[in-house]
Amino acid sequence: MPDLGRAALATALLLLVYAAVAGTFAAHRRRRRLAASAQNALLAAFGASAVAAATLLVALARHDFSFRYVADHTSRKLPLGYTLTAFWGGQEGSLLLWLVVLCGYGAAAVWTTRRVARDLLAWTVPVLGVIGTFFAFMLVFVASPFATQAAPADGAGLNPSLQNPYMAIHPPMLYLGYVGLTVPFAFAMGALLSRRTDERWIVATRRWTLAAWAFLGVGQLLGAHWAYVEIGWGGYYAWDPVENAALMPWLAATAFLHSVMIQEKRGMLKVWNMLLVILAFCLSLFGTFLTRSGIIQSIHSFTQSSIGPWFLGFICFVVCASLGLVFLRLPLLRSKTKLESLVSREATFLYNNLLLVALSLTILWGVVYPLVSELVRGETSTVSKPYYNFFLHTFGLPLLLLMGIGPLVAWRRASFRALGRTFLWPLAVAVVAGVILLAVGAGSSRVGVIAYTFSIFVLASIALEFVRGTRARKALGSESWPGAFTALVARNRRRYGGYVVHAAVVFLAIGVAGSSVYQTVREHRLHPGGAMTVAGTRLVFRGFEQHRAPNHQAIRAVVDVYRGGKRITTLLPGKNNYFAEQQVSNEVAIRHDYADASDLFLIADQVNRDGSVDLKALQKPLVNLIWFAGFVFVGGSLIALWPDAREERRLAARYAGALAEA
Amino acid sequence: MTALLIGALVVLAAVAIVALPFLREPAAREDVLDAPDEREQRRLAAAEERDRALAALKELEFDHRTGKISDDDYRAQVGPLRRRAAEALRALDAPRDRRPGKVASHG
Repeated sequence: MPDLGRAALATALLLLVYAAVAGTFAAHRRRRRLAASAQNALLAAFGASAVAAATLLVALARHDFSFRYVADHTSRKLPLGYTLTAFWGGQEGSLLLWLVVLCGYGAAAVWTTRRVARDLLAWTVPVLGVIGTFFAFMLVFVASPFATQAAPADGAGLNPSLQNPYMAIHPPMLYLGYVGLTVPFAFAMGALLSRRTDERWIVATRRWTLAAWAFLGVGQLLGAHWAYVEIGWGGYYAWDPVENAALMPWLAATAFLHSVMIQEKRGMLKVWNMLLVILAFCLSLFGTFLTRSGIIQSIHSFTQSSIGPWFLGFICFVVCASLGLVFLRLPLLRSKTKLESLVSREATFLYNNLLLVALSLTILWGVVYPLVSELVRGETSTVSKPYYNFFLHTFGLPLLLLMGIGPLVAWRRASFRALGRTFLWPLAVAVVAGVILLAVGAGSSRVGVIAYTFSIFVLASIALEFVRGTRARKALGSESWPGAFTALVARNRRRYGGYVVHAAVVFLAIGVAGSSVYQTVREHRLHPGGAMTVAGTRLVFRGFEQHRAPNHQAIRAVVDVYRGGKRITTLLPGKNNYFAEQQVSNEVAIRHDYADASDLFLIADQVNRDGSVDLKALQKPLVNLIWFAGFVFVGGSLIALWPDAREERRLAARYAGALAEA
Repeated sequence: MTALLIGALVVLAAVAIVALPFLREPAAREDVLDAPDEREQRRLAAAEERDRALAALKELEFDHRTGKISDDDYRAQVGPLRRRAAEALRALDAPRDRRPGKVASHG
């Protein structure tokens, strides 16, 4: 079995080296059959890496502890679901997942564009080959998941924090996002190498970029929910370096998705788009480096490893090579058109880009500063929440506002008179809402009131866009209102899908503001029969109950919850003691109140020998809007991603030249 | 034994897939990768410019209908945009008449 895994990985490595070397030679010398062969090598590498992945999955399912990876990350008592998800619970498995997803993306991108962009693809394949070679090399020579040993009687088990259903979906989603950013990067580099600076690479990767970005966004929300229900500290985002590692490429990709529209519509920002796609990809590599190198200890960085220097070297290589290539091709990337007005839709996209990149880079600085400090001064330091919150408020609030301003401003240039007319209603709604918020006492947090007022402005402007668009559409013909609305969205999927995503971001902002700046926290030591109150809710501790599961012993504090003198539920916060892992985990208890989207969140901080419990209770207003935002985000992304036959015909006609027919 | 067989199959399949383009055409008459020559690149640029110009006109119409552009601004902008679209269409038609070449001679 391990030999099969090793052979499959070695085969994948050879195929990827071939794709890189033969692909480069073929593209340089314009050898058609060799280029096709290099493309096929990418497809075959996907097959080989899938066989390696299947081998590891079988070893996990069989509890084959002769595989060191299986013994290090599972135990016999671990439920089958978590045994299989341990595939990405450790470093070697995660790298294998990277490789499989990379080869999968590469194979799919090659397959779907093989007939329409051959010259571009010829240079894209070697780029994908080089990136794949790095990961395959790591798996074969540095961090093999197929290392063997004399099988122990039982394994070490899986970190208890990873024993959660979210473990099945959160890491794969993140990896689909991280790795997916390879596709636009590879095509962008392919375009530069082939000296094709037209929009072909953007058209070829538009959907891949959007999908990767959506996966990364959903992955982060799932991770936030996982932290919320599993880690047990009462929050969902702690500005942990590894959480930031996923946020940074997402922000850069968000900037790219916006600015690339300017290139498509106006032929501008070609260099900027190249830089953004490089930034997004390098940040995704950096994210993997942070997660897997163990360089920054956090809940995610479970293992110290030897892969760090390799990763850092590869990131440096990618940065230098890609920037060097952009520099070499600068003469080809000059735009013929210029921004006509600072008050235009294009300009708002540009401001949004600057803010997104600024936010991404300040987060990056917060992540690397402790490392730089340790390296230069020999002192360890931490960058904590106030730093990140300051920049989140500084850049995030204007970004929120821009989401409302952008849709109201015309392309090219807008007059102030027209702006006054389009802004009137959203502005009036926002001002009224702000006054009401102040009247009901929301002024206790200035940031909260600003965030809510901006959010309402954005929602009003989005609603107005749909109304005005539908009305304009209906005025054109004899369509019914629903018909006009459907046609409006169907003919402009990216725009209106984008607006739905903007609405999701607004719900997220409302949820984050509500659950952070307006939350109530109370902590008390309670003996059986003792009570405490949080935000009008009375909590009575009744005592402990215990039960034994196959792989852990559980203890729960029984807490009755009263509101208005009436018992509404019983919550059971507690702890699990995992046998094989010899670790204790916090198991929180949450009561969702869907009427006001709030949560009552209980943590049994300390279970004391005298029968008392140190209970921490949090009332988190509007927190469920964050998870609701996830569904809206997926809906908006799907609208934007949905194929548009009319658009595809138009693009096919544009590129239907000699190349497509050959 | 099963693992060994599967491993051998993986390697054989990989070799076959990689060799497929050469097996299909052992002696290709023309083994040259297509690439747009200068004329084709100009045509593509013109097609992109045409699409941009037409999209800009559409956006202007839509912005006008939804009230984002005043009548005066619309009148001021629509003329130049129409001229630009017409120029883009003319530029696109020009190279078509001369039948674009298929294969570039430079790398």
